[in-house]
Amino acid sequence: MNNKEKLVTAGLCTTALISLVILFIVVGYIFVNGIGAISLEFLLESPYRFEQGGIFPQIIGSLCLVCVCLFFAVPLGVASAIYLAEYAPDNRLTSSVRFFVECLAGIPSIVIGLFGLIFLVYYLGFGISMLSGGLALGVMILPWTVRASEEAIKTVPQAYREASLALGATKLQTIRSVVLKSAYPGIITGVLLGMGKALGETAVVLLTAGSGLESFLPRSVFDPVGSLPVYVYMLATQGHTSAAFAATFGASLVLIALFLSISVFALVLRNRYIKRLTGGRRS
Amino acid sequence: MKGRLAEKIIEKLLFICALSSILIVFFIIAFILKEGFPALTLGGDFIAGMTWRPSRNQFGILPIVISTFIVGIGALAIAAAIGIPAAIYLAELSPEWFRNIIKPSIEMLVGIPSIVLGFFGLMVLVVFIRDTIGGYGECILAGWIILSIMTLPHVISISEDSIRAVPEAYKEASLGLGATHLQTIRRVILPHARSGILASLVLGMGNAIGETMAVLMVIGNPNIPWIPTGVLEPVRVLTSTIVIEISYAVWGSIHQHALFALGVVLFIIVALLNAITTAIIRKSVRRSGSR
Repeated sequence: MNNKEKLVTAGLCTTALISLVILFIVVGYIFVNGIGAISLEFLLESPYRFEQGGIFPQIIGSLCLVCVCLFFAVPLGVASAIYLAEYAPDNRLTSSVRFFVECLAGIPSIVIGLFGLIFLVYYLGFGISMLSGGLALGVMILPWTVRASEEAIKTVPQAYREASLALGATKLQTIRSVVLKSAYPGIITGVLLGMGKALGETAVVLLTAGSGLESFLPRSVFDPVGSLPVYVYMLATQGHTSAAFAATFGASLVLIALFLSISVFALVLRNRYIKRLTGGRRS
Repeated sequence: MKGRLAEKIIEKLLFICALSSILIVFFIIAFILKEGFPALTLGGDFIAGMTWRPSRNQFGILPIVISTFIVGIGALAIAAAIGIPAAIYLAELSPEWFRNIIKPSIEMLVGIPSIVLGFFGLMVLVVFIRDTIGGYGECILAGWIILSIMTLPHVISISEDSIRAVPEAYKEASLGLGATHLQTIRRVILPHARSGILASLVLGMGNAIGETMAVLMVIGNPNIPWIPTGVLEPVRVLTSTIVIEISYAVWGSIHQHALFALGVVLFIIVALLNAITTAIIRKSVRRSGSR
């Protein structure tokens, strides 16, 4: 390898490093500036007078929204995936289902937010509430759940199914006790990644779930809820005091910490799963 | 017999679940169109109008659409300039351990909540631009940089996949003829991966245009948008206009309908970009399948 080639290789390597560097800078910056704002009071109190107090209702609100979202998207997504992977005949209807799943994945989140606002909040009369927000988030992550579950179901070796069928199990029994049992780590990974996406989503929640500064905990699914991303948005765009910025950094740090722990968990789970499927060999 | 029936019923239920995606997409299109319709009927005043001034009932979206494309294309250019070489390195030259560090970090970068990235941009990037280059700080340039960070992971992943999909035999033939690895990459691998890389760029463009929060925080959003003449000017894009104005638009007014119509326009642009991506991928699959 001559010098010119070495130089080119080094240049290419640098570009590959850039994304790692950006990740470190962003996370590091938020961590350094946010850690000072984190205290037990900040995590366990309600906000008052805009930037004062803590973010307890926002943390709980975000988790509630994600729960409603998963409650909607996971059963529907996994059921669609089972149909697509195990039953679907190779015809036009099946391919159009696939096409529409891709379509849904491509719709910008703000458009899903508008849909949530007009359909869930006004047309169905759910109001600005946890239910509307959660369902709209569910619509957003549905295609990801379908895709991830279908991939996971498809990686289950055909021999497992045949063995089960040969032992006299019906197709449904095979799916329930063989296919899903082998595919569930993959499905959970997909669900976790969708969860991270739902947790950080702002536009959808802003339009459907609440103004972000709620100082109370929701008592039912029809109550508006505050959430971390909307809280960050409100304070970052409308707060001008240093206390507001400190609270914004604190809330961003909590949001990033929640998100990173979910993603790391998902990645670890997936690596284990891949190892098990390939018998320790990396493909 | 009873078990059979149960199996049939469950199969039908699964089928209905699978249809839900189709139903949801139709509902989204129908409701957004219905709400946006009164503004869309303004026709030329809406699509080609130069002034967006809700207080005077002027809803011309042309400056917003043009700004959206300027911001999207610039961000994509930056993402491509960094992402394609990075994908080449990761797919062809990188040692295994390096890949194992970079790949997860790229996946994390995809998921960093966009609002956090936007806040980072507001606190760091905007201040930096204002202090060193000038202007308000909140400008097209800041939008480009933040959006390219968000688009970069998509460009890298898809380009890398398409570089890896180039048959090993081509590579070996070229190396066997005495070409160096870099020559092989440039003359054999890249031409073959071209359509996949192109697809990643078009898809990245769709993502960039549909992105909302991060870009909203750094581009300034002037009250009356104009067609920008320099990269240090603040602009407004489709997504940011919707988010900012939906909270104070009077419900049922033409203003509210116009915001939904912006949603329709956004939907159409992104759907077109996605359709182009699908066409590119399908074409390349057919080409490699015919061999």
